[in-house]
Amino acid sequence: MTTSITTRPATRRLGIRRTKTMATALVAVVAAVTLTACGGSDAAPATQASTVTIENPWVKEADSGMTAAFGTLRNASDHQAVIVSATSSSTSSMELHEMATNDEGEMVMRPMKGGFVIPAGGTHKLDPGSDHLMFMDVTTPIKAGDTVTVTLTFADKSTMKFTAPARTFSGAKENYEGHDDMDGHDHMDMDDMGHE
Amino acid sequence: MSEADLGGGEGLSRRNLLRTGAVAAGGIAIGVGAREAVAAGTTPDAGVPATVPFHGRHQAGVATPPQAYAVFVAYDLRAGVDREALIRLMRIWTDDIARLVDGRPGLADTEPELAQMPARLTVTLGLGPGVFDATGMAHQKPTWLKPLPSFGIDRLEKAWSGGDLLLQICADEEMTVSHALRLLTKDARTFVTVRWVQRGFRHSAAAAGTGASMRNLMGQVDGTRNLDTAAESSLFWIGDRSREWFGAQPDWITGGTSQVVRRIAMHLDTWDELDRTGREQAIGRRLHNGAPLTGSHENDEPDLEALNDLGLEVIEPFAHIRRARSDDPRQRFLRRPYNYDEPPPAGQLSSSGLIFATYQADIDHQYVPIQRRLDELDLLNTWTTPIGSAVFAIPPGCRKGEYLAQSLLA
Ligand code: HEM
Ligand SMILES: [Cu+2]
Repeated sequence: MTTSITTRPATRRLGIRRTKTMATALVAVVAAVTLTACGGSDAAPATQASTVTIENPWVKEADSGMTAAFGTLRNASDHQAVIVSATSSSTSSMELHEMATNDEGEMVMRPMKGGFVIPAGGTHKLDPGSDHLMFMDVTTPIKAGDTVTVTLTFADKSTMKFTAPARTFSGAKENYEGHDDMDGHDHMDMDDMGHE
Repeated sequence: MSEADLGGGEGLSRRNLLRTGAVAAGGIAIGVGAREAVAAGTTPDAGVPATVPFHGRHQAGVATPPQAYAVFVAYDLRAGVDREALIRLMRIWTDDIARLVDGRPGLADTEPELAQMPARLTVTLGLGPGVFDATGMAHQKPTWLKPLPSFGIDRLEKAWSGGDLLLQICADEEMTVSHALRLLTKDARTFVTVRWVQRGFRHSAAAAGTGASMRNLMGQVDGTRNLDTAAESSLFWIGDRSREWFGAQPDWITGGTSQVVRRIAMHLDTWDELDRTGREQAIGRRLHNGAPLTGSHENDEPDLEALNDLGLEVIEPFAHIRRARSDDPRQRFLRRPYNYDEPPPAGQLSSSGLIFATYQADIDHQYVPIQRRLDELDLLNTWTTPIGSAVFAIPPGCRKGEYLAQSLLA
């Protein structure tokens, strides 16, 4: 996995405007990039986080258990960006998932080795039935119409925060297969997230 | 606030005018409503999806020239939906609507391709009386927001009456209406249940041109004498002027209006027994062009005093247009009806009528007195029966970053 450092100046000013735009940020559809973890002066090279945005982010409503967030990641720089991990205060842990065929020929979701790669100047789509940001164990119920905050960490350790509105959704019921569980003992799925 | 203020994003721009002019010259028929069509953002250019702006001082779908198809869907709040939950629902619907009217799919849209043809889609939110009680805001309920008084002609069915929330979804393309209905309903399913759905239609602009009055299923030209949505907007948009005329209204509804949705069945089988003269007398207007019986063009002013050779009124005392008028010029409202034509019950030939939708600043002062007059006397009652009735408060429009009904709920 490569860590790309671009030579474009960081746009850290974005982070400073937060208090003023708090109210708008709550309902912002396309989340603004907010830098939280990159040191150095304004002249420092752009971090991966500073060149990546997410469009149309959303998360599937869930009272507990597993759920997932989706959206389109866009990389404005001319170097690839790699997301290596994610966190959210709504879940005890998060994983980056892909869909794959297991030994039994079933489609399952599993952690994506090497993380999500967003090509230079390109996009990486997170969709139900495809790559997604997995909430492994929802701790505070995520209700339709609420928003959750997700923090993405890139290969260069820079981080990006976005908010995703929650929607009731019937799909995204993929089976989960943990990495060390290739014999299917420990199957979980997202089916039991009823909220009626 | 000026009378002529259409507000919202529905401003009249010179660029749009020129554009529509060019289109008209290109052979697409644009009737007397061309100005309104432009004001509502219509762009009938081939290949350019026509959109009506969502954000603005007023909600779209009221002053907007009527689209060809409509669905009115009323919902009931599920038990336990409080103000906090209602705000979440408003955020969801606001986001969905803003996207859909722009030709973009909703966030969790499973059929995103169906969003690509906005076709002048508008979605208008209404709040029924029950919302205010369920969310502890009874004190914010406008005085006129209650079921209409019952009228002698009414044969109301629960299946078409009442409702806590209303979405009025209109577009010039039926697929667009269906898709919007499906998305908005399923995104709301943890908050509401569907109470009733009424589908309606009018002439399509492609066939009839925009702006011409529609015909209803009795064959009449319907919509001739209606409010001028620009010059007479204070009769429906709530503001300083309407408060001066009709009395106080809660602050939050400034820029909003009220909506009455009546489902009126037409008894076409007995209507068929009536000859053309009788039909024209029932309304007081001619069938072929909608002209008053005392005139020759649709827009001629009816002469209610005119007498025939026998010394009898040309426009009969029982004629619908005489009864639907009052001496008080403020007892008027914006009518935006749609036809319905549903499968008939066993043994009958048809099940048709009007989804009679009106907007007014104050239902009690404007709508009810006229409905009372028609209840007392209107020959049309012989062939029509109100079978559904619902009233809603239409909140003002919202700006970018706001959600619908925010002035009430925030
Ligand atoms: C199925 C039921 C109805 C039918 C078929 C119908 C049909 C018509 C027609 C053909 C006209 C003349 C054209 C025009 O000016 O638009 C008219 C006018 C009108 N109708 Fe109705 N109507 C119905 C119900 C109602 C109801 C329930 C109301 C009000 C409570 C109403 C209020 C009016 C008004 C205010 C006018 C304009 C009168 C004027 O100022 O000349 N109509 N209607
Ligand atoms: Cu997963």
